[in-house]
Amino acid sequence: MTKLAHSDILETIKMVDDQHLDVRTITMGISLLDCFSDDIDTVCRKIYDKITSKAANLVRTGEDIELEFGIPIVNKRISVTPISLLANPFTSQDCVKIAQTLDKAAQSTGVNFLGGFSALVHKGYTKGDKALIEAIPEALACTELVCGSVNIGTTKAGMNMDAIRQMGEVVKTLAERTADRAGFGCAKLVVFCNAPEDNPFMAGAFHGIGEPETVINVGVSGPGVVKYALEKIKGQDFGVVAETIKKTAFKVTRMGQLVAQEASRRLDTQFGIVDLSLAPTPAVGDSVATILEEMGLECCGTHGTTAALALLNDAVKKGGVMASSYVGGLSGAFIPVSEDAGMIAAAASGVLTLDKLEAMTCVCSVGLDMIVVPGDTPAATISAIIADEAAIGMINQKTTAVRIIPAPGKKVGDVVEFGGLLGSGPVQPVHPESSADFVQRGGRIPAPIHSLRN
Amino acid sequence: MRAIITVLGKDNLGIIYNVTKIVSEHQANILDISQTIMSEDIFAMFMLVNVAKLDSDYKTMAAELKSYGEANGYAIHVQREDVFNAMHSI
Repeated sequence: MTKLAHSDILETIKMVDDQHLDVRTITMGISLLDCFSDDIDTVCRKIYDKITSKAANLVRTGEDIELEFGIPIVNKRISVTPISLLANPFTSQDCVKIAQTLDKAAQSTGVNFLGGFSALVHKGYTKGDKALIEAIPEALACTELVCGSVNIGTTKAGMNMDAIRQMGEVVKTLAERTADRAGFGCAKLVVFCNAPEDNPFMAGAFHGIGEPETVINVGVSGPGVVKYALEKIKGQDFGVVAETIKKTAFKVTRMGQLVAQEASRRLDTQFGIVDLSLAPTPAVGDSVATILEEMGLECCGTHGTTAALALLNDAVKKGGVMASSYVGGLSGAFIPVSEDAGMIAAAASGVLTLDKLEAMTCVCSVGLDMIVVPGDTPAATISAIIADEAAIGMINQKTTAVRIIPAPGKKVGDVVEFGGLLGSGPVQPVHPESSADFVQRGGRIPAPIHSLRN
Repeated sequence: MRAIITVLGKDNLGIIYNVTKIVSEHQANILDISQTIMSEDIFAMFMLVNVAKLDSDYKTMAAELKSYGEANGYAIHVQREDVFNAMHSI
């Protein structure tokens, strides 16, 4: 029987059936730069036509590959050029119209999210950036599938503290606009430092300006597979742990690479990157937290969690990088609290705190992700949380992000249900001491000394 | 294009016959076949088939095999051979 061993075939089948192995997302990046016009209706028409023609076969192709390969492809998504680049002639009301057009285009192609209602303001605002950011609360509240992101810092440019102050307010307003769904709108908004241009994962995906006309990026997954592999080496030293994770990550990524190549061939689109990520879901057995616990921690969030996560994150990259010809995006283990059954339990029990999560983001992608905080958290506190996270990204030359939900009317101890992949989040406490005067200063935090590498 | 059909379940009379019948009805050529009884009486069959000259599409054959499996207590997977090669060889 060819050169394949029965055990290899059975291993793959078990990974899919019992350990939640899947391709998390095939994301088609589409440039909208040629949709520019001074007339808002023309822009909207061009955007709709371009997305619906380029991505016409995306969902069907994903489903075909899924069936032929026997590997679930959970999400098919679209990322587009940051909309602020088209928004210069327009008002924020016009930007809302663009968001509605994007929503319509996403619905008609059948994808489950579209990212790119975005602005890059790490050094300052253009007219378009201003209009777009002002439009975010309305745009994300009145659309279902549109995701937005704002890049407020880079290692090269430093941090735009005016934008950080504004984003605290935007997050609050967006939460209030979607109060009937516990601030659900905020689950579709990411505030970045060092945002990657080729990220296939939502809510932070956008199609960067260095990207080609269209591109296929793929995000793999597989926390369950890693957990299962570690169960078999209980008590062995960290050299063995790292080797086991590397081997598992290699297999998972090879599968992602195969799917990415096949999808780009069938869609006649350039293959971009495979994002080497461990992306959890709320399903039992698909959790990053339980991998850390498998390493010997009683509960995710206790002392040792950061070291365990550092090892995991590094070994995933080392195993994955050889399995794929092009690697990019966020590439690292995700720790979205509401989307990970183990994290939910650890946060609900009070072991996993916001401060510990912040420490964990120093050694993994991406940042404080899907964190639910009390509805009465002041905007300035949210801005300060964003600033802390951005500082970690800026200084360590890595991507960091904040996706935080100040759930209206909710208090510490409540649990907020978002449903589906977004899961449910326990409301976590924030420090009550004010950061208002700090945030109020505004201006820019200069780029760090090690940004001067030329 | 080649695919691997995996059949897992309790050993019963006629399982090989019934699966190969569906496969041959769709004009899929069986290139290799092996079968074993694993621990606890689990029947496992692995078939390498050429699906380049199917009379129907791949989806139909896979769906028919799957529904046969579900009706008779077997897990039947039909997957492109490439998946296994990618994951298990460098």
